[in-house]
Amino acid sequence: MKLETIAWPGSYGDQAKPRMGFFTDTSVCIGCKACEVACKEWNQIPMSVQGFTGHSYDNTIDLGANSWRHVAFIEQRKPVDADGDGSLSQVAARASLAEDQGLATYQEGDGIRWLMASDVCKHCTEAACLEVCPTGALFRTEYGTVVVQEDVCNGCGYCVPACPFGVLDQRQDDGRVWKCTLCYDRLKDEKEPACAQACPTNSIQYGELGELREGAEHRLAQLQHAGQREARLYLADDDDGVGGASAFFLLLDEPEVYGLPPDPVDSRRELGSIWAATAAAALALGAGLVAAALGGRR
Amino acid sequence: MTDPGPAAEPARSYHGQPVIKEPVWTWEIPCYFFTGGLAGASAGLAYLSERRGNEVLARRAWAAALVGATASPILLISDLGRPARFLNMLRMFKVTSPMSVGSWILAAQGASTGLVALHAWSGRLARPAALARPAAALLGLPLSTYTAALVANTAVPVWHESRGLLPFVFGAGAALSAGAAAVAVTPPRHAAPARRLALLGAACELGAKELMERRLGELGEPYRQGPASTLGHVARACIAAGAAVLATRGASSRAAAVAGGVLLGTGALSARWSVFKAGFGSASDPRYVVGAQRERIAAGQTPGAARTAPRVASPRSELGSPATAS
Ligand code: SF4
Ligand code: SF4
Repeated sequence: MKLETIAWPGSYGDQAKPRMGFFTDTSVCIGCKACEVACKEWNQIPMSVQGFTGHSYDNTIDLGANSWRHVAFIEQRKPVDADGDGSLSQVAARASLAEDQGLATYQEGDGIRWLMASDVCKHCTEAACLEVCPTGALFRTEYGTVVVQEDVCNGCGYCVPACPFGVLDQRQDDGRVWKCTLCYDRLKDEKEPACAQACPTNSIQYGELGELREGAEHRLAQLQHAGQREARLYLADDDDGVGGASAFFLLLDEPEVYGLPPDPVDSRRELGSIWAATAAAALALGAGLVAAALGGRR
Repeated sequence: MTDPGPAAEPARSYHGQPVIKEPVWTWEIPCYFFTGGLAGASAGLAYLSERRGNEVLARRAWAAALVGATASPILLISDLGRPARFLNMLRMFKVTSPMSVGSWILAAQGASTGLVALHAWSGRLARPAALARPAAALLGLPLSTYTAALVANTAVPVWHESRGLLPFVFGAGAALSAGAAAVAVTPPRHAAPARRLALLGAACELGAKELMERRLGELGEPYRQGPASTLGHVARACIAAGAAVLATRGASSRAAAVAGGVLLGTGALSARWSVFKAGFGSASDPRYVVGAQRERIAAGQTPGAARTAPRVASPRSELGSPATAS
């Protein structure tokens, strides 16, 4: 497991802190939105009135300038004990998981299962937002997280379509972009982020990334062992398109069901070929100009 | 209980919500794509015409370059969320950010063009101006194409997946814009190089954009719907009509040259706008974003970012759920 990013820990020398992150285990999320509220309170984020969406219990809709945690609600007609095959003991294990081990996303009785997941900025190892930011407002902290410096951002908006997760957005009547800071201010005081502290089920776990990943592997093994074949870790590997992330997830369905991209890629990986095509096109334009100006009569 | 089967599965998206954010850029940006290309290619046309002794055309092309180089930063600054902080653009130089590289190119090209203009009007600073001419012409080339790199280096499928061709579309558009502007303001008997440039640019613009849209396949749908499609039609019609007018009557009639130039300029601007708008359609529909990624996974090019197989053989026995862990 390699946790390094381009700027962390290298550029911090002995000032570097351990890389901190979130493991969001959605299998125990109860959709209480305490994280959303705690985040708004602590970071003094303006109100975001979105109205009534009709999308289950979700009226926050998405992450954005004024929503740095977002709890997604998915209703599926897919009861727990009809989920795939499996031996009798596995079915029994799943039932006991649901009962005493806090697999809280299943509602019994009417055959509806609920998936709930608290989404957040991923603090990517290869962060497109940070790489494209022309002002340097976005930077890598000593904790390996990605933060916008609000006194530097000039609201150019480049990071907004660059993020493969649609996290960043511009705040109306402010002009700058805002997103989760992984409570940079609290970290410096050795406090855990507000959302993790508020989460009553420990669905949001905060800690050193290496340790979180280890715990997550065991949790995945536990769920898989009990026949919960849909359980998967998302962004927990160094070899995905963003080099893994500080905020990673345990999901119970495909990422896109939660509004997450199944194969996010940092566009910088293609930037070499983009610059090459740009240079070739510039040369072609030069050739065209020469041909037009020097060819034929003047 | 029975398994309801895949038919009862909800659509594979989160309530149809977009996965990535639409850009927050407004009308200034497609206009800048146009003025930046105009400034860049006009400087090249002006410099080369000068070298060939065509002063009448050179002066007008320099004027067009100056107009483009003046309008460009104004448009860009007005699009910023915090216009007063525009100087932060030159706070660093980052090759990973086409916007950063482009800001420096625009600043240097604009300053060079400004010097040329200053010398033309006041006769002062002759030596620096002599250097500024080729500098403006050369810097004008990347100024015309980097904006394609800027939009291609995002998560927007319709831009990112056409990264190999988009710079050529923008380069052709720049040639078209510069040729059109020069043709419209230059007496026809001095404007032959500008006409050639405009016609060459028109052919390349039409061809390259068509090829780009086809190569995108299903991801190119945003070009065939809504505002991007309308703008695309306007662009094709204006460019074809303008080119026809210019090719048949442009050398003999001043009125035809003006009409042809205006048509071609309108076409070039509409084409930039069509590319801009297609990006919004592409970003707002999760089908395009997820679809392209699912295809990569299905083709075995990547495992994707999710993994069901644990890296540990068996769970720690003492590990309860996180809910019960201390
Ligand atoms: S999720 Fe988006 S905003 Fe967060 S670090 Fe990654 S690229 Fe940046
Ligand atoms: S909007 Fe702000 S944070 Fe985002 S790329 Fe521009 S300057 Fe950087």
